[in-house]
Amino acid sequence: MITQKINKDNITTSGDTAHYTEGLQEEQYLTDLERQAIDHEVALVPYKSAAVIEALKIVQHHRRWISDDSLNAIAAYLQMSPAEVDSVATFYNLIFRKPVGRHVILVCDSISCYVMKYGDIYKALQEKLHIKFGETTSDQCYTLLPNCCLGCCDHAPAMMIDNDLYKDVTVDMLDRILQKYS
Amino acid sequence: MERPLTQYIHPGCPPFDIREYEMTGGYSALQKVLKSMTPQEVQKLVQDSGLKGRGGAGFNTGMKWSFVPMGDSAPHPKYLIANADEMEPGTFKDRLLLEGNPHQLIEGMILAAYAIQADVSYIFLRWAYKKAAQLLRKSIHEAYAAGLLGKNILGSGFSLEMHLHTGVGRYMCGEETALLNALEGKRATPRAKPPFPQISGLYGKPTIVNNVETLCNLPHIVNNGAEWFKSLGNGSADSGTKLYGVSGKVNNPGCWELPMGVTVRELIEEHAGGMKNGYQLKGFLPGGASTDFLTAEHLDVKMDFASVTAAGSRLGTGTMVVMDDATCPVGFVHNLQHFFAQESCGWCTPCREGLPWVEKLLLSLEQGSGTTEDVELLQMHTQWLGPGNTFCALAPGAMEPLQSALKYFREDFEKHVALRRCPYQ
Repeated sequence: MITQKINKDNITTSGDTAHYTEGLQEEQYLTDLERQAIDHEVALVPYKSAAVIEALKIVQHHRRWISDDSLNAIAAYLQMSPAEVDSVATFYNLIFRKPVGRHVILVCDSISCYVMKYGDIYKALQEKLHIKFGETTSDQCYTLLPNCCLGCCDHAPAMMIDNDLYKDVTVDMLDRILQKYS
Repeated sequence: MERPLTQYIHPGCPPFDIREYEMTGGYSALQKVLKSMTPQEVQKLVQDSGLKGRGGAGFNTGMKWSFVPMGDSAPHPKYLIANADEMEPGTFKDRLLLEGNPHQLIEGMILAAYAIQADVSYIFLRWAYKKAAQLLRKSIHEAYAAGLLGKNILGSGFSLEMHLHTGVGRYMCGEETALLNALEGKRATPRAKPPFPQISGLYGKPTIVNNVETLCNLPHIVNNGAEWFKSLGNGSADSGTKLYGVSGKVNNPGCWELPMGVTVRELIEEHAGGMKNGYQLKGFLPGGASTDFLTAEHLDVKMDFASVTAAGSRLGTGTMVVMDDATCPVGFVHNLQHFFAQESCGWCTPCREGLPWVEKLLLSLEQGSGTTEDVELLQMHTQWLGPGNTFCALAPGAMEPLQSALKYFREDFEKHVALRRCPYQ
């Protein structure tokens, strides 16, 4: 039984789930709150691995992103291999496998926002925050990401910051919007 | 003009709670069905009404249900899923229904679940619809408290559980078999058909996936009958009303419930208030990013399934993206192909490899380094990634706006080559 403390070197794609499921250390990584929330989701599905997306959402909610340690801990808890969990984690746009800032700015780059010139919004954000898509400000406040159609095409261009939707965004509005987040 | 789906939706006002919904006739269709109709009768009623799926494919809803195994020997649990993963670029119609009248969807779902005798239902909701998630959670809770969900609904012996599932973002989740994989906690790649979900869907059990707008029609069909529903279609071959939307450089972009078969002209000129000052209509995608372009010569086409198909495109989701004459068609199509290339699930080779290639070809044209051969290569891709060559409809859908852009706006592509730059910049 492998009980070494998990670290980044411990990621393996061997597909051998046994030594993860037996390792107690990995399970201790998750907080009680996270485990309770995951247990709640596991109870709703026929087998544990079916709750993996929910588990990723829960851990990301508490820690902002899914680190390798988080990934291994979820894998152990749901009796999956880290590779299986990572294949799911990397598939979905809104599971972050790299650190993000305290606030994530999602700029819609789909067709209606393209026609309504989301490019101007992006350019202004780049100048204000000194970051490009995929980057985080040095004070860890904002991460800037492009995003597929937000379903707000009649009020394009649109963007979301955390849970808040902004419609008919103009360059002039940006300072006031950004002020709300620190 | 009747607007059954949106008559109680007032943008800016909070949606009805369960009491207000019931006071305006809500859940009366459910009572009627549980008291006096068999599941088979509900299926037949919906089949007779001519209701077609509003998610884009346009398949007869009652017919879709009819393939679900029924009776004592049918496998259980059976599942009913509302596809609320609205993510087709340019589409914003289900958001209106989800935020505007969540109980209407819940009632529609219970009716559909009864018709197929489902035991468990899910709303697969797009992550970005935060307000809808909050409202649905509250409404589901209200429905449970009122005995409209859970065990032995209204003493009928019929039981149904309902869960809200919010996704984590991937266009593929809108494809129904990929949606099932996502619900099972897997990568949202499409499944081979057959077996169809009606036979082997979620966790291998019989499953129906219906679009939000489709489900919202059900209470009204039950209350008013199949003939009434057909008559709403105002001379169109298709029944009912439809949520239509227009976005782009028009004066009044928005979403409206109108009789099936309203013309493109009526939509753009009347409801959307015409083009913004200084802009001309160059083309439009009638039903989202994966539908063929139509142009100003198609303004009198009726927006129903058969008419838009006859004009060379698809009704799709019925939410239209307008392209004006100041927007570069090559840049426009590049934006679409960037989306499709990014959202390809990577499961089959033509889509995984072909779409990024298409995207790069378009980018090089837009940046002025494209050649005549590149335009030809794009044309060939519309065949290679077309129907029959891929596992699901994503890549063929992506090729629809490309092939029609090459047909209607070929000059623009050629100008990019000849001038070695984008003439719109």
